[in-house]
Formats: sequence, structure tokens, C-alpha cells
Amino acid sequence: MEEKNSMEKKRKETAVVYSQKETAGGIFDMWISTSLAKNAHPGQFISIYPKNEATLLPRPISICEVDERKERLRIVYRVAGQGTKEFSGYKQGDNISVLGILGNGFPLDAAEGKTVFLMGGGIGIPPMLQLAKELAMVNQKNGRDNSNIKIILGYRSELFLHEDLKQYGEVYIATEDGSTGSKGTVMNAIEDNHLKGDVIFSCGPMPMLRAIKEYAAENGMTAYLSLEERMACGVGACLGCVCKTKEVDHHSFVHNARVCTDGPVYPAEEVDI
Amino acid sequence: MKQKRNTAVTIAGVTFKNPVMTASGTFGSGMEYEEFVDLNKLGAIVTKGVANKPWPGNPTPRVAETYGGMLNAIGLQNPGIDVFIKRDLEFLKKYDTKVIVNVCGKTVEDYVEVVERLSEQPVDMLEINVSCPNVKEGAIAFGQKTDALYHITEEIKKKAKQPVIMKLSPNVTSIAEMAKAAEAAGADALSLINTITGMKIDIHRRKFALANKTGGLSGPAIKPVAVRMVYEAAHAVKIPIIGMGGIANGEDAIEFLMAGAMAVSVGAMNFVNPYTTEETIQGIEAYMEQYHIEDIQEIIGCVE
Repeated sequence: MEEKNSMEKKRKETAVVYSQKETAGGIFDMWISTSLAKNAHPGQFISIYPKNEATLLPRPISICEVDERKERLRIVYRVAGQGTKEFSGYKQGDNISVLGILGNGFPLDAAEGKTVFLMGGGIGIPPMLQLAKELAMVNQKNGRDNSNIKIILGYRSELFLHEDLKQYGEVYIATEDGSTGSKGTVMNAIEDNHLKGDVIFSCGPMPMLRAIKEYAAENGMTAYLSLEERMACGVGACLGCVCKTKEVDHHSFVHNARVCTDGPVYPAEEVDI
Repeated sequence: MKQKRNTAVTIAGVTFKNPVMTASGTFGSGMEYEEFVDLNKLGAIVTKGVANKPWPGNPTPRVAETYGGMLNAIGLQNPGIDVFIKRDLEFLKKYDTKVIVNVCGKTVEDYVEVVERLSEQPVDMLEINVSCPNVKEGAIAFGQKTDALYHITEEIKKKAKQPVIMKLSPNVTSIAEMAKAAEAAGADALSLINTITGMKIDIHRRKFALANKTGGLSGPAIKPVAVRMVYEAAHAVKIPIIGMGGIANGEDAIEFLMAGAMAVSVGAMNFVNPYTTEETIQGIEAYMEQYHIEDIQEIIGCVE
């Protein structure tokens, strides 16, 4: 497993907006130029600071894609409040303040030689892109095709990032309104397509993660869940973003782990969700 | 030639290289910020509150943003005094800065137990948290009535080997009366303000933003309240005061010092800018340079 990121110091720095477009209703797709791109791992995140001082706290946003050579990061986010509304107005060349790289990321080596489900729900889809890309790179290195990468995406109705993801594996879609693919959730897409696998990497709303945890346990699969929680510092100091853990956590010495630092990715059996 | 200006301050016999500290609960024990800040440069590190046993804290969501500030209801999650001594105090030994341990508890006996456990440890001062608004028992119950505050201060002073700072709550009718009660019971210093109890409702989900319903408001939004309370407390007592509430830079710190604080703490702004503590020290030095102030004592309480 690549550990290069774990030793890299976290820092706050000024990034520059390289491009931005609205990719679906209320979903924005932005590339930023930042040296943080040199050490970004799939499943990790950055925090972006709004310029408006009334909105103080940084917004944690998952890394969607990394261009290490050009030192750019891609983030795809939904406008959910004042902070992300401000971000959606940024234009090419704007300076933004970012903190990173944060969080642990997905353990790629857990997928080595396995059939892996990449399951994203809604705004949990973006981190699946860099993950799929890196898993496909491992396949390429080993002379394998990408048939072991099953990308299962759940949307309300409008699709995004599905075309990007098709380059790296088989894409299966579920929509709540049934407009594309299976009607329902990612769980319906697994059933409708008779998918079988060994490992699950997932990110999405809590009901989806709970269903995945249960499904993995029933089907003897190893699942990793990327959790989301309200954060303040993003670096493990404030203890705002904890999740319940099955065992006593090594840092807190109670049944709480910090999503920003110990997570956001956890083995499903270790968290009580 | 640049003149060396004196930024050192002394509180209850403990000398700090500069008046900038960290506000309890916003900086852990410094481990999470050593990547950003040279901890040796800080006047003191004031640790996250520690109790006699591990506390799990409150359910999530524990934090919510508000205009120019934030609400938190962490609920004093902490690993307990055993782990704290072995891990956190061991970590802090590496650094050339003063260590102030924030102590919390549910009963007077709990507080006294932690204070006694710390008596032989490398700790410069104790800060007693009688003002956390987010726990059901203890804490603020001791900080909202003068007789309760007097009692707990007196009991802790009987056992404490290090000087004792009582951390006061702003959620009181008269901060001056609380300050006087703590002083009369033997407190060596005061720190204020803790957070102001607040509430936020998510109108789209028709729910409280925090699982605890209420939380403590901090950040720049509370600074004017904090400056006023520091001023009132400073005029009510003779013991030194450590001021805090929304400090984001050197200028904010100077405002607290002029109101009568001997030192200041950076709190919520650590979350906004992890370099705030160091930048605040630089900002104070720049201000002293600008106004040709040789000793920081010249400005402490200078606005009458």
C-alpha cells in the first residue's frame, strides 16, 4: 500500500481555481491548482475556507480526481449552504484557501486481486473516481482488464460523473425515480444485475452505508465505509466529528473515533452506525 | 536596529514568554497543531479538559456554524487522567512552553481527585472548568452561583500544588460578583469567558442543529461580550485575568490586554486558521513596534 501521503505534513495554502462548471443541477465540478495534489490519495479530503468571514469554518470536500503531474485537484460538490454557494461562484484564476490533505483514504491493497464494488450514493460518488482510476492503474500494471471493478452509482434522478467512471470499470446505475438503470438505490442495482464481489468501497448517505454494512456481513464481503460528520477543525483537535466505534478507540479511550483524522474511511465492522 | 521588546508576563509566580495561550478544548494537548505551529513559541498550552475517568461526550452533531462564530456541544469528551498523564503530559515535556491543565468533573470530589493526581506532574498551573455549558452534571453548576463557586474554589485550593485559575462562565448576571467570589476563596487567577449558551434550528429539517439542542457560542461573534466581561472582572478583583473570546489576531489580543487581561487565549479561531496562535504573537510584537512599546505591561489595563 502506498503510504506516501501519511507522512506528508498538513498545511493551509492558497490554491487557484483552474476551471469550474455546473455539471448537474446544483452540482459543481471544479479543478484547483495546488501543491497538495502531489500527495492526495483516494478517499481523502480537503477543507476549503469561505472568503466571507461570517462563515468561518472550513468546508470538508472529498477529492474526486488528482492530476499529480499538473498539480491539480478536482472536487465535485453540491451547493448545500452559504459556503458551497460562495464556492460555486468562483471563476478561473480566483484564489482560495485550502487545508489538506486530510483523512486516511481507502485502503487500495484490500482490493488486490479481488472483485471490488465501488458504491457511491449522491454526493458520495465523487471520491469513487480517483479510487477507480487508481484501481485501474493497478490492473494495467498487472496486465489485467477492469472487469473486477464494479462501479455502482445511486442518484435521485440527474446523473453526473458516470461517463468519467466508465473508463475504469463496469458502471451500474440506480435512480430513485427509475429514470436511468434500476429504480431505487444502489442495493437494487446489485440485485438487478446479479453482481457478486469480495470487497466494497463506499461513500454516501447514512441509510445507504447501513444497508451496505448489513449486505456485506450477510454476503461475506469486506466493506469500507466513508463517513461524513459535521466538522470544525478538520485536524483532530476539536472532537466535533466523532463516530461511534465498536471497540474503545486508540486515541479517545472511549467508543468514539474522529472522522477527520482516524477516518473518514472505516472497515464496516469497526463502526456502530 | 530592532529593539528587543518585552512580551513576558507573570501570573501567580509563573512567567510566560508572551501572553498568548490556547483556549481549552480548541487545541487538544497540542499534538494536532504541532504540524502547523512551533509550540515552543506559545506562552502556554492550555489543554482540553480532563476528568478523573474517560468521558464519552455528547452525540453528534456536536458543532454548528453561526454568523461569525460557531456552536459546540462536545460534552467534554476526554480520555481520563491516567491516559492524559501518560500520553499528553509526556508529549508536552518535549516543548519549551508552560503547561496549564484544564480540569473538569461532575462533583467536587472528582475535581479534587484530578487536581491531586496532577500535583507531582510537570504542570505549571491548573485551570478549573466550572463553566462548560454542555454537560448535565458538574461544570457550569459550580460556575453560576457565587456560593457554589466559592466552595469548589476553596476545596481545590486546599489540595492544589500548582496555582489555580478559575475559568468563569459568561452565562451569569454579574461577572464581577463571580470574579470576587473566586478571588475571596483563594483563586490565583481567572480566565474568561467560556462560551455563551446558544441554540440553532435547521429550519429546512425542522430540527436543532446540535444533538444536544443547546451549545456554547464562540468565535469573533462573542468578542465584544468577552472584552466587556474582562474589563468588568479586572475592575472587580486584584488577581490576574486571562482573557479570551473570538481572538483572531494581534489586534484582538491587544484589545483584551487593554481591557485588563494579563494574558489571552486563542480559541475557536484555531479551527479557522491553524496558525492563529503564532500570528497573534507576531501581531502583538508588530503593534509594540508600531507604537514603540518597550514592555507589554505598559498596555495592560491601560484603558480605564
